[in-house]
Amino acid sequence: MTDLEIPPPVAPETRHHDLRARGLTLGYGGVDIVHSLDLDVPDGKVTVIVGANGCGKSTLLRGLVRLLKPRAGTVELDGRPLKDWNSTEIARIMGLLPQNPVAPDGITVADLVGRGRYPHQGWFRRWSAEDDEAVEVALAATHTTELADRTLAELSGGQRQRVWIAMVLAQDTDLVLLDEPTTFLDISHQVDLLDLLDELNTAHGKTVVMVLHDLNLACRYAQHIVAMKEGHIIAQGSPTEIITAEVVHEVFGLPCQVVPDPVTGTPLVVPLGRHRP
Amino acid sequence: MAVIERDPAPPTSAAPGAHSVIVRARLLRRSRTVGVTLVLAAIAFALFVGTMMIGSFTVTPWQVVRATFGFESDGGINYVVRDLRLPTAATALAVGLAMGLSGIIFQRLLSNPLASPDFVGVSSGASFFAVGSIVMLNFQGELVSVAALVGALLAALLVYVLAWRDGITGYRFILIGIGVSQFFLAGSGYVLSRADVYNAREAMTWLVGAVGQAGDTELRVLLVSLAVVLPVVFVLSRQLSALELGDDTAKALGARVELMRVSLMLTAVVLIALATATAGPMAFVALIAGPIAARLVGSGSSALLAAAFVGAIIVLTADLVAQHALPSQLPTGVITGAIGAPYLIWLLVSVNREGRGG
Repeated sequence: MTDLEIPPPVAPETRHHDLRARGLTLGYGGVDIVHSLDLDVPDGKVTVIVGANGCGKSTLLRGLVRLLKPRAGTVELDGRPLKDWNSTEIARIMGLLPQNPVAPDGITVADLVGRGRYPHQGWFRRWSAEDDEAVEVALAATHTTELADRTLAELSGGQRQRVWIAMVLAQDTDLVLLDEPTTFLDISHQVDLLDLLDELNTAHGKTVVMVLHDLNLACRYAQHIVAMKEGHIIAQGSPTEIITAEVVHEVFGLPCQVVPDPVTGTPLVVPLGRHRP
Repeated sequence: MAVIERDPAPPTSAAPGAHSVIVRARLLRRSRTVGVTLVLAAIAFALFVGTMMIGSFTVTPWQVVRATFGFESDGGINYVVRDLRLPTAATALAVGLAMGLSGIIFQRLLSNPLASPDFVGVSSGASFFAVGSIVMLNFQGELVSVAALVGALLAALLVYVLAWRDGITGYRFILIGIGVSQFFLAGSGYVLSRADVYNAREAMTWLVGAVGQAGDTELRVLLVSLAVVLPVVFVLSRQLSALELGDDTAKALGARVELMRVSLMLTAVVLIALATATAGPMAFVALIAGPIAARLVGSGSSALLAAAFVGAIIVLTADLVAQHALPSQLPTGVITGAIGAPYLIWLLVSVNREGRGG
């Protein structure tokens, strides 16, 4: 792999942050989905939340970035509950890529990425050289510079997802949260995207928290895995420690064998299935 | 076991000069927006002057401009321009600006080209209350404006509350808006059927829309509120570009989504209500101004001001056609309706074909 010249992030040193949930209960309508959950997001690492459909992993992510108000308990950023923060201040520390982001018709890549600068602009201050630079860095880091003038609709799924990540990067936050960023991508683009996120962590020092479906990719890219079931955390820790056949069976109800990944040595989950033993 | 190396990502990023390319593209986009907006403003002004030149007594453009701004000494020209033609021309201009702006705010806020205030019941709410206040309560002048404003606000509130379910989506808002719109139209029909002939004739204006019969007071209220609302809209336009990305992204970017959406909708409702109070509903102006402006300024640019001028151009042109181009004079709303209806059909067909009905 050739060396890519990745420009340094706009803010030279990434500040350290402490994001944690205490007794966090979240839900929609009358139903609680996440129950009294404690979580410390490890600073400077890639954390992946895994679990079966409907286990509350996306809900938890939404709660961590204040898209959902806690029913009980708190989410604290640097020791202060999120509700005590100014929303712009949070937006300069935590960025989010939602599961199905929407963009206006006909928007160009450069314009969309530029909108990530929102929390850095005041009511009257419009656009500065700093904004230009942040957009440029974000495009370069996601290898989308040459797409800048295209419209979003013209792009392939993989390119579009990179552009959305560029928008979150232009926001220039120390924490980046992503809700199933690889959905709708084929395997090759999934790996591309996760490599990119890994790069953001290692080269740019960002703390990454994401929800992923694919356990094997999660094991490969996560430094910290949070396994959830029915709104509770069943196990968390480094993939090698916690992803065992027992845990996978408990979390997903899937009989399997766990073997070392021939490439990275991380756990590789091989499902047994019912009919082909 | 064969290990296939994945191709490295193409090293296209961070090419020298990439920065200047992006900045140059942004400046280019901005200069196009500014250029197009200025041209539209010039056309709107030319039409504004033009409508005051034509008639049984022709006035030169220079005389029109001088008389409009109070520098003409000839009493006859002053009378023709200031007393006879200026009220109509100013109404057309102001109503067009307000409707164009209101339309594009709704459309961008709800991410749907169908979501213009005359489509989702706001205009018909204003009409119903205006007609009702004339026929049932014998209101006149600014009281009719107030009634129209109340009607528009109530209609918008009704649609908003009915459509709200953990946030607002364009599709639900539009469907409920169409229902509310029909409800108010039926109400207007009922009120008219109960009216005596004189009132019914006056109230008819409120169902079609015409810039000719605008009262002084309504026009003044509209002009003052345009002067107040325009700067507010441009402060809020930054919020609009965050809200367009959907509630989740907008919140993550730090926008106060509900507050900003309500503020923007409120300014749009006030604009359409006062415009409707001045000249009646004026079919389709709010619906077509935004998409035309967006196409002209190019993708991703803020087309707010351009949409306002396109609205003004449509109403001024419709007024010119309605007054001078046809054998008998027609209400302006008939002309805008005739232009707008084919556009609406085209829009529905193309939206359907692209499969993005919402």
